[in-house]
Amino acid sequence: MNLTLKIWRQKNANDKGKMVDYQISDVSPDMSFLEMLDVLNTQLIEKGEEPVAFDHDCREGICGSCSLYINGEAHGPDRLITTCQLHMRKFKDGDTIYIEPWRAKAFPVIKDLIVDRGAFDRIQHAGGFISVNTSGNTQDANAIPIEKASADAAFDAATCIGCGACVASCKNSSAMLFVSAKVSQFALLPQGQVEATDRVLNMVNQMDAEGFGNCTNTGACEVECPKGISLENIARMNREYLKASFKG
Amino acid sequence: MSGILNSSIGRKFAMALSAFFLMIFILQHFAINILSVFSSETFNEASHFMGTFWAVQFILQPVLIFGVIFHFVMGFVLEIRNNNARKVSYAKNNGRANSSWMSRNMIWSGGFILVFLIIHFIDFWIPEINTKYIVGDMSGMHNGEYRYFHELQEKFIPIWRVALYCVGFIFLALHLLHGFGSAFQSVGANNKYTRALQGFGKVYAIGIPAGFIFIALYHHFVH
Repeated sequence: MNLTLKIWRQKNANDKGKMVDYQISDVSPDMSFLEMLDVLNTQLIEKGEEPVAFDHDCREGICGSCSLYINGEAHGPDRLITTCQLHMRKFKDGDTIYIEPWRAKAFPVIKDLIVDRGAFDRIQHAGGFISVNTSGNTQDANAIPIEKASADAAFDAATCIGCGACVASCKNSSAMLFVSAKVSQFALLPQGQVEATDRVLNMVNQMDAEGFGNCTNTGACEVECPKGISLENIARMNREYLKASFKG
Repeated sequence: MSGILNSSIGRKFAMALSAFFLMIFILQHFAINILSVFSSETFNEASHFMGTFWAVQFILQPVLIFGVIFHFVMGFVLEIRNNNARKVSYAKNNGRANSSWMSRNMIWSGGFILVFLIIHFIDFWIPEINTKYIVGDMSGMHNGEYRYFHELQEKFIPIWRVALYCVGFIFLALHLLHGFGSAFQSVGANNKYTRALQGFGKVYAIGIPAGFIFIALYHHFVH
């Protein structure tokens, strides 16, 4: 496959940045998207040019590092996958592919296609945990019975890998799908009830302080989420937040 | 509790509450207007009751005006805040791949509805307030009979106004097609009834504006 790549290049956080065109040939349809970028970078290095910087780690859809906005969609045109799981067979010979970083004020570009997702870490620090002593005296998992439906819903919420595709896809750069998944995974379980009020208030306050936009329920985040996190979590977070606001 | 309206979720909740109130008002408005198709007398009596009953005039009407203004102002405030959350736009963004046109363009459909509402207020509400509270005529009568039905008929004689109203209601339908379900989601109602509720929302979002369009066309052609 021969492709034209339009890639966002930005030297550092202060650089203005611009889209730069690259021609790449002999791309195998069986390559992953990141492997295709590896080939491009090899070519750039051989020519003495600066390679394209992009985030990646596990390359098996677990870590949430890869974060590319490909042809106008987070993680590209396929569903329920991260960029590292996207294969070049999804594209046609002669295609032009736009590759951009996540765009949000709360996710400033560090270099090229890498953004700073520290805002997610700070939201987690604000309340995305339970205060349980796990140092050697962990309770038996079945000591507290939990109904199957709640356990399943909590597990589904906990599959969020914090990649930020929800923010990138949302026309408002809202982080509500991410935050709601983190709130839900604890709100659905008895262990999460102790700090439930403070958790949702602190996490939402931190989310607002980071400069994310407001959810307008377009549902784009749910469609683009590589882990299929449901909008039901946002509704649950809304309920938890309203309940906590009136309570405390 | 004090800071709830300063939070993103609190603002969503307030938007949803004002939307619920406005959707109930639109339904009530339609219920009275459709009477004009079946019986001018019943329409006149209902209009006179709504126009003179103290609870409607001095409690519901101010709440309605506040609700309309709040919904529009909050809508524009949220739009500005949301635009500020993304300083650099994408070179290529494929919004249609993951969301409906209606959901992405609520500000535009809402903006056109605002223009329509201003014209609607100039057409009906301001003359009504003038007659009742400036001139002081609370009788609702003109030449010995109720004036409401004749005023309605006269307004829909010019084709340009009928066309304008039709366009206004099309934008209302587009707004409601997303807004109805969105309001329920914002108050945290997403459960086993959501699919049925969304189905009802589509019927409401298309049926009510279509009914208003029918009323405008009916009076234009039947007059």
